[in-house]
Amino acid sequence: MNNFWIILWHTYFSKLKTKSFIITSLITLVLIIGLTNMTKIIDVFSDDEQGEKVAVIDQSGELFAPFQEQIKSINKDVHLQLYEGSEEEGEKAVKNDEFKGLLVLSQDNEKLPQASFKARSIADSTLPATLQQGLQQIKTQAAATQINLTQEQLGKLYEPVAFSKTALEENAKTEEELNQARGLVYVLLFVIYFAVIMYANMIAMEVATEKSSRVMEILISSVSPIKQMFAKILGIALLSLTQMAAFLLIGYYFVKQNLETMDSGFFEFFGFGDIPVQTIIYAVVFFILGYFLYATLAAFLGSLVSRIEDVQQMITPMTIMIVAGFMIAMVGLGQPETTFITITSYIPFFTPMLMFMRVGMLTLPAWEPLLGIAILLVTIVVLAIFGARVYKGGVLMYGKSNSFKDIKKALQLTKNK
Amino acid sequence: MGLQLEHVTKRFGSYTAVDDLSISIPEKEMFGFLGANGAGKTTTFRMILGLIDASEGKITWDGETIDYSTSPLIGYLPEERGLYPKLKVKDQIVYLARLRGMQKQDVLKELDYWLNRFKVPEYAEKKVEELSKGNQQKIQFITAVIHKPKLLILDEPFSGLDPVNVEQLKDAVLELKNNGTTIVFSSHRMEHVEEMCEHLCIMHKGKPVVQGALKEIKRTFGRKNLVIHADFNLEFLKSYPGVIRSRQTTEGIHLQIEGEEMAEGILKEIVGKGFIRKFVLEEPSLNDIFIEKVGASYE
Repeated sequence: MNNFWIILWHTYFSKLKTKSFIITSLITLVLIIGLTNMTKIIDVFSDDEQGEKVAVIDQSGELFAPFQEQIKSINKDVHLQLYEGSEEEGEKAVKNDEFKGLLVLSQDNEKLPQASFKARSIADSTLPATLQQGLQQIKTQAAATQINLTQEQLGKLYEPVAFSKTALEENAKTEEELNQARGLVYVLLFVIYFAVIMYANMIAMEVATEKSSRVMEILISSVSPIKQMFAKILGIALLSLTQMAAFLLIGYYFVKQNLETMDSGFFEFFGFGDIPVQTIIYAVVFFILGYFLYATLAAFLGSLVSRIEDVQQMITPMTIMIVAGFMIAMVGLGQPETTFITITSYIPFFTPMLMFMRVGMLTLPAWEPLLGIAILLVTIVVLAIFGARVYKGGVLMYGKSNSFKDIKKALQLTKNK
Repeated sequence: MGLQLEHVTKRFGSYTAVDDLSISIPEKEMFGFLGANGAGKTTTFRMILGLIDASEGKITWDGETIDYSTSPLIGYLPEERGLYPKLKVKDQIVYLARLRGMQKQDVLKELDYWLNRFKVPEYAEKKVEELSKGNQQKIQFITAVIHKPKLLILDEPFSGLDPVNVEQLKDAVLELKNNGTTIVFSSHRMEHVEEMCEHLCIMHKGKPVVQGALKEIKRTFGRKNLVIHADFNLEFLKSYPGVIRSRQTTEGIHLQIEGEEMAEGILKEIVGKGFIRKFVLEEPSLNDIFIEKVGASYE
């Protein structure tokens, strides 16, 4: 057992100390800090801009004042300025960057407002949209006055219809809860997806490096390949947990801090308001199980190649499986109750993401996720036994071929008869 | 007791890599394995190490089967050298030696001794990929012997080394042997086996074709080599009775003869025909035996 721990800690510390690991971790941390402070960052930049100035030529002579009122109530950052010069002069001023844009207001035959907007580029759609919205309201009012509608009548016309949704099933999540859950599940699915791909890759690379540098033969002459394989998988698992813990702690810290300064918006949308503990626990469980499933797969696939260059090719089918699971989960976020999603969530290779998604989104009877976990556990054990045998033979096999036929060859190597 | 291989056979599917190999290697001996590529040497070593299981037969060390519990007793230098390219020499030897049951402090002490012995103490802090191939091999050798194994398996230990390094390594191997290590090694170079091993085995297509003590093998082989340098034409000796092979050189002729007694007749034959500068009766070389038994040149 002693050797097991030596390999485990060696894997853990030597990976922890590599430059690439430190750099990726730091970049991810910066990203997390950036994302959790997104609103603050946006604020910093919008303060600098001090609003947008728009020149207005009012050919009707009566539209500017009410229009300015409207725009003020829609967006305080848009400043309208009555422009006295000709249209050509106005265009020149816009080109010279004195104004963001030029708006020409006029009235058509029916005395309704119309406008044309000119700017250096119309890539930014928010400004014209704001202007259009403001003008639309003025037009609505003008049209209403023309057909003699009172303000009340107008108000009635625009009042939204009363429409509420209620789930009848007991324990079913309310609309609000569902929205919250969706955001959280979405984020956690991403974490599981990236982590599984990243660490499975790391394991396959690690095994292939040891094999291609031929240090493997020395290793397995002192430690059994099976012990070595599991020590490695656990070592990387520990590494992944360290990294995840760092990310989560930092992320949680900033989210909490920003929650105190802000009362709504971004975070509430993602359901971070109050995080359901159960979802987090399931996320951790499915992350760990998903990791072990794919790590075992990656380890024995990695043991089949002789050169590092072939690793990617060898694990592509596995990567596609993870991507497929993620895609289905993304689709399933919108319709978690469909039969297709329910069935696929019991296919072990998809269970980590799909079952977690269902648990997070729906109120499932406890046996469903537990059955999923049981299926996963059985698959992992079967895969580990099978994988260990392939690994034992695979690490001794060298040659240019790197196909799945090699699995058979590797198994043959370990046979006694 | 030493190392015992009893009727060991290894089959891969329908292919037989090692066929009914029985070897007994006494303790504190050096045993040489010879054979062309694909003769089954590496497979035999891997079976001894327990990396692969024999299809039939039994391998024991001191009467016990070899498995991972005995791994601290065994040292292994694989044919394909393998170290972590990115890891410092010190770190990787510590890691690999700890896997063989050593304590870290002991490893560092031993490592110091070995690096000084090979006159490369500055390598401890270097990454393996920065070292030349010959120096990597020294590090590889240190990993194989640092835990003072009782049984040392060296697969082609001298291949790819310059003569100075071969001497250094040979000295180290001989010292280990004198200190009581049982050593099994395979080599491409006949003269290394001839020089260092008391016992040897020549393998051909998985089968042992010659096996036993070096002296005994040479004696029972019977044939001798006769080197004659003379000023007159010696070509007529090619068809002389008892001559098996002959090869003409610029200075004379090399003959392989059936036995020592033939030499006398040949000497009588040529005396008086002219000036004889050299007439030497030699033991057959391992190379001669190898060619005879395997039927092809080794190198």
